[in-house]
Parts: sequence; structure tokens; C-alpha cells
Amino acid sequence: MSFEPKIVAFLCNWCAYAGADMAGTSRLKYPGNMVAIKVMCSGRVDPEFILEAFEKGADGVFIGGCHPGDCHYVNGNYRTRRRVEMMKKLLEQMGINPRRLRLEWVSATEGQKFARVVNEFVEEIRRLGPSPIKKEEAI
Amino acid sequence: MKRKIAMYWGAGCGGCDVSLLGIHEKLLDLLDEVEIVFWPCATDFKYEDVEKMEDGYIDITFYNGAIRTEENEEIAKLLRRKSKIMVAYGSCATEGCVIGLANLYDREEILNAVYLNNETTPNEKKIIPRGKGEEVKLPEFLPAVKTLEQVVKVDASIPGCPPPAPVLEEALNALLEGRMDFGKEVALCDECPRKDTKPDKIVIDRFYRWHEKEDDGSCFLAQGMICMGPATRAGCGGECTSAGIPCTGCMGPVPKVKNQGIAMLSAIASIIENMDEEKERAIIESINDVAGTFYKFSAAKLLPEGRFKDES
Repeated sequence: MSFEPKIVAFLCNWCAYAGADMAGTSRLKYPGNMVAIKVMCSGRVDPEFILEAFEKGADGVFIGGCHPGDCHYVNGNYRTRRRVEMMKKLLEQMGINPRRLRLEWVSATEGQKFARVVNEFVEEIRRLGPSPIKKEEAI
Repeated sequence: MKRKIAMYWGAGCGGCDVSLLGIHEKLLDLLDEVEIVFWPCATDFKYEDVEKMEDGYIDITFYNGAIRTEENEEIAKLLRRKSKIMVAYGSCATEGCVIGLANLYDREEILNAVYLNNETTPNEKKIIPRGKGEEVKLPEFLPAVKTLEQVVKVDASIPGCPPPAPVLEEALNALLEGRMDFGKEVALCDECPRKDTKPDKIVIDRFYRWHEKEDDGSCFLAQGMICMGPATRAGCGGECTSAGIPCTGCMGPVPKVKNQGIAMLSAIASIIENMDEEKERAIIESINDVAGTFYKFSAAKLLPEGRFKDES
């Protein structure tokens, strides 16, 4: 059976989620491997969520937030950027390819960009193969 | 009737056994109340003696040290069967401690590093002592370090590396009275002697390792040194912070917090100053060992089966 990546995406309410909506209303295609979870701000994504997503069987975790300087809550996305950077270092030490975690800035008008980065990420995870973490339960 | 207690050491440094002496003269009161039926570090009992005991014969077993070898695991299971209450004593048994950091490497990498590639260990015949020899069989070195709880049911845990005297005293009193509710529910900052110097808002623009900067006696985080205090359970009274060393988190997480390391990682990432991406990356890069910094005592909980192998 061919491998279909499972991707958990945390999208911020103000930009990335609206960007995903824009991709939909613009009839842009992107793979259905991604489960989107709406959060009020990408800064709401506790690193624990990322770890838990991997523990529960995600092959990749995607975080979408507002562009730097555009955060609805002023600096939530800066925190996310630093947390993701540190998480990547931690994942690498745990033996998980840090490329399985991706942070992208998508504004509400960037439906095109959203579809493009999701396509890229799904393809990348497909190349990387299934996550090495034992799957506790299927998503 | 005197309560029967046992103490065992798994993969540990022996500090836990010694820590019992840290309660000083109270130890004499303790010894009046209990009878030691098994304690390899201090008394001469054999495993056979334990095997001969009836199930549930021992009232309380204090297991210190992590599970590193087959022997540690076997004795943990044996003692569990023979004991009414099983207590994980100290950080190794509770969370894996520094021994658990071995889970960041493969078993083979570790054995090679210790026996083959170690300059100070001449080993011309390239012998790795393991498996069954002609006369003796060595207990197998398990693929990963485990905490006691990952092997047997644990009734209570006493945190700390080793458990500080006040924590230990409270725990022993509670356990001998048949209670399991001991330990504080707040973070170390709450009892830290540097508490009053903690600013309302901490902003860090570079990290210092504690030997890189002269300590001015104020809150370590405010000085730019990583201190695990905010994510670590109180109880030790700030032994390290009052001696000029930032907390590294041996007391484990505050109860109700699942993952101490990630909580602190998140907090540290939050207090770095907002700046451009390049500079930010350089600062984060200066934390050389993220897992070792935030999971110094709980790597065995983070990686219960050892390091993952991402094929790509």
C-alpha cells in the first residue's frame, strides 16, 4: 500500500485559516492529507501540542501564522518562530527529522501560497516516509 | 510491630542510598520504627532471601536508580511482587535522571564509546563485556533506560537527585503513616532565595552558561542564564540557586504538569527578545544541547524506547 502522510496543521484564526479558506473559495487544489486545527493565534501552539501530534501518529506538523509584524496579537507569531526553531533542535536530538515540522506565514489573501506550501509539505513528507514514532492511535 | 522496608539500587550513582543519611539523627528514630529486610548497599542479604519471602511481605520498598540492565528489571519485578507499597526513590527511578540521557543515543553507540573508542580504556582485544561467558552470564544491557514506572506499578515517588533532606523527611513520615500525599505543589521560584529579584517581565537577548558570567546574586533568568526553576517542583529550598548555580530541574515537574522539559522550552522561547530572524537563530543556536538542557532529568520519559530512527 502506498504511503499517505498524515499531517496535523495548526492554523491561526486571523491569517492562515483565512488563507486556507481563500484557497478553497479560489478553487485551488491541495491534497487532503492535512487535518486543520484552528487556533486563535499561532502563539497558542504550545510545543507540547507539536510533540503530542507526533506521538499520536502525525507524520508531519504544519503551523500557519500571520506574517511577522502582522500578528493580530502583536507578537504571538514571533514566539512561535522561536519555539519552532527550538523544537526543531529537540526533534533532531530525539532522532526525528526536523523537516517534519514546518512553519509558514500565510496571510488571509494568500490562498495561492497556502495551496503551494501545503502541496510542497505533503510531497516532502511523502519522500521522508512514515514517522518513526510508534502510533498510539490513528488520527 | 516494626514495618519492614527494603531499599534497592538500580542504575544509579549510590547518592540515593547515601541521601538517607542526610536526615541525620532522625534516622535513628526511623530505625526504631522499621526493620530493614533488604538493602544491598548497607546490609548483607541476597536475592534468594527476597525470593523466599511471601508475596507482600515487605511493607515499603524504596527503589532508587533507573532500569538499565536485565537485572535491574528483574529485581524491580521481584520486589514489586514482594512489597505492599513500591516507592520510586529519587530522580532516576522516577524519571530516568542523567542516566536517561543515554536514550539520546543507540545502545551500540554507547557500548562502542565506552569500550572501544575510549582513549583511556586500552582494549586491544576489542572485548565488550556482555552476554554469556564460560563461567558467568552478564545481565543484558537493555536497549533503553527505563523509569521504574515503565516497568512495574509504582505507588508513590520521591523526587530529587538525590531527594533533599526536607523532601525525604516529609515523604518518609507520610509513607510510614500510610499516606501518599506529600511534596509541594508549587514551583521552585516560590521558595527560591532570589525570588525578590525576579522582575515582572524577563527579556533575554543572549544566553550565558553559568561559568561565563559573574553571578550578581539576582534571579538567574533575569541574568540570561537558563534556570529550570519555573518548571521545577519546589521542596529543596533552592539548594543550588543559593549556592550560585541555576536550577537544572532534578525535582521534576510541578504536579499536574506532564512534561517539564517542553514547558520550560516554551517559556524560554517566549522570553527571548523580539528581534530579526538571523539574530534570533544565533541566540537559539547558542543553546548547544536542547535535550540535555531541558530534559536533563527526564529524557527517559521523553524517549521511553530510546532515540527514534528516522530513515530519511
